[in-house]
Amino acid sequence: MAKITFDGIEVEVEDGTTILQAARKIGGDVVPPAMCFYTPLKGSGGKCRVCLVKVTQGSARDPRPMPKLVASCITPVQDGMVVENTTNEEVLNARKGIVEMLLINHPLDCPVCDQAGECDLQNLSYEHGVSATRYEEPRRTFDRVDLGPYIQLHMTRCILCYRCVYTADQITEKRVHGVLGRGDAAEIGTYIENVIDNDFSGNVIDVCPVGALTDKTWRFKNRVWFTKPLNAHRDCPTCSGKVTLWGRGDTVLRVTARKDEYAEVEEFICNTCRFDKKEMTDWTIEGPRHIDRGSVISANHYELPVVNVPIVPNLPKSTVKKMPTE
Amino acid sequence: MGIKILTEHINVPGIETLEVYRKHGGYRSVEKALKTMTPDEVVEEVKTSGLRGRGGAGFPAGMKWSFLAKPEGVPRYLVCNADESEPGTFKDRVFMEKNPHALIEGMITSSYALGANTSYIYIRGELLFVLRILEKAIAEAYAAGLLGKNILGSGYDLDLHVAPGGGAYICGEETALLESLEGKRGNPRNKPPFPAVKGLFQSPTVVNNVETIASVPWIVNNTGAEYAKIGIGRSTGTKLISASGNINRPGVYEIELGVPVEEFIYSDEYCGGIWKGKQLKAVVPGGSSVPILPADLIMKTAAGEQRLMTYESLSDGGFVSGSMLGSGAFIVFDEDQCIVRNTWNYARFYHHESCGQCSPCREGTGWMERVLHRIEHGHGHQQDIDLLVSVAKQIEGNTICPLGDAAAWPVASAIRHFREEFEWHIKHPQEATAPGAVYRGQLAAATV
Repeated sequence: MAKITFDGIEVEVEDGTTILQAARKIGGDVVPPAMCFYTPLKGSGGKCRVCLVKVTQGSARDPRPMPKLVASCITPVQDGMVVENTTNEEVLNARKGIVEMLLINHPLDCPVCDQAGECDLQNLSYEHGVSATRYEEPRRTFDRVDLGPYIQLHMTRCILCYRCVYTADQITEKRVHGVLGRGDAAEIGTYIENVIDNDFSGNVIDVCPVGALTDKTWRFKNRVWFTKPLNAHRDCPTCSGKVTLWGRGDTVLRVTARKDEYAEVEEFICNTCRFDKKEMTDWTIEGPRHIDRGSVISANHYELPVVNVPIVPNLPKSTVKKMPTE
Repeated sequence: MGIKILTEHINVPGIETLEVYRKHGGYRSVEKALKTMTPDEVVEEVKTSGLRGRGGAGFPAGMKWSFLAKPEGVPRYLVCNADESEPGTFKDRVFMEKNPHALIEGMITSSYALGANTSYIYIRGELLFVLRILEKAIAEAYAAGLLGKNILGSGYDLDLHVAPGGGAYICGEETALLESLEGKRGNPRNKPPFPAVKGLFQSPTVVNNVETIASVPWIVNNTGAEYAKIGIGRSTGTKLISASGNINRPGVYEIELGVPVEEFIYSDEYCGGIWKGKQLKAVVPGGSSVPILPADLIMKTAAGEQRLMTYESLSDGGFVSGSMLGSGAFIVFDEDQCIVRNTWNYARFYHHESCGQCSPCREGTGWMERVLHRIEHGHGHQQDIDLLVSVAKQIEGNTICPLGDAAAWPVASAIRHFREEFEWHIKHPQEATAPGAVYRGQLAAATV
């Protein structure tokens, strides 16, 4: 076991745990954001750099601070480590800089993007972004690509987190897409136009932190914050069949895997559940799903009144409700 | 003339053949090490020698070797980094092209020290002709029993392979090199784990520069203590310098570390002075990624001491008034060279070579290039200079591998030392974009 101090809070975790996972054990506002790290995917992390933290004391044995900011998602804890995140100006400035970098080539087409409302990049730019851009050159653009009948790729929105590549590598038998090119010309693609055809291919949509990979059966049907999430399951021969249904009234608009507060799926689901079962009668409803994520979807939740969602700083007064005191 | 360790026989006709190379004392270190020394003794000699990594970072080679994990039943690897592609660096190419056996000898001795039975030379893909030379030399060494099973009857086995890269600068970064060598996309890995623990094929690996490995035979033959006597302080031994730019005698020079920079530029033994007797404007002393220094700061440190060709002296003053020895690519600029254009050129290179894995480098290198392009072509704004400084700062230190730093340093240092020139470009776009136009104000001020 290793004891670390994160933003002044002591927490004890297993040896080999990453700083990010230790922070998640504390939970709340101190948790660094993560755009590329994804717990279920081996080897993910270290790429987006938004989770950078300052290690002011390496360990009890070697108390020297680490010279550079480190990516908390891949750096293992040491006993006696002292880490600063929200309490360190350098970290916040670096993060602000990285969010700016992520946004310079992003189209900022949130008003027409299906991910809006549950987008990690949108949340990050609310928290750390600036209102004006210093970037005046033309933004990098790509044509939209059809990856088969269910998945659409908007490379323009991609932040190259590699999550979809790891997903295809680790939960499907054959990966047909990958990263082509390098530098800011790097793109997700299949090289020769190809269909991502696999029972579990739809999971790349769930892991995408932005709106680069979208579900064609859901595109432009509605906005996420208007839909109501329900936990449901069915007897599925290929996957666990445990999903979240997003619908309005009796209409199921979208099916996704169940995601935790860090947008990480609990269990990957198959394409049949995701794309073909769009009737209420296909499912056994378990009840409303509580969304823990800091996002506008939880601001509009029907199950519990929400008290000041920190992610939306200027929430109109009317939407802020007082929790009944216990 | 100083002592020549690496280039002593480099111009002997036929030195690329095993016969001539052996006639000049070649492969003595292999015999000595394999027959009379234990691997640990070789490592100790290298430690004593104070030999520092010649690829750019200058990390002590013996120390790096002693960090190598040695778990039972797991193979260890030595990989030679011959992916030399930093603008201005060409020392390894010349060395391997002329004297391939010297590198092979170093590989055998070093692999023995590290207990590696398979070793690789990862060579830059563009140097295909050097690859052929190396392959020919390796075949000769195999035939002579210097490679393969039971080398010289010592019971030590070594297989040596040469692998060409696909032409990416990033594959010179050690973990990207290992990825590429494994046949994957050349993306740098997250560290830790370091290659000394989990490197090539998940096994402990040491990655060393060509020049570092080629220095080992001399150390084994003449002892580490002798090697440590060459040079000054912690900068021991000799170093190959690729001198280029506006000098009379561009080329590869082997210097004893500690030669004064002024002597290196103006002595006829080395660069032979500035071309056509012009005035020196600036020097990039260690390859395009290290900070550029103006004429006055390259000759003397901020404290007024004479600047020497050593790791310590060149980095004296940090990045405020110093630079780095780096890989030893000494690029000289005369009064007719435009710093803005040059900085833009470097930024273009790093933009092109960023692997695109982590966001600050992927987006930031392109951003810097576009802003510099704008300034160079007469469309800059006054706030662009501060923007560049800020973007460089946002990249520096926040990336997976040092390419981000390498892209940020030249831009930040050019602005630090030549801000007036950037301002002139922005204020006088028409004059600045005229063919051959160069800002001379700062230069005149420096000489007064």
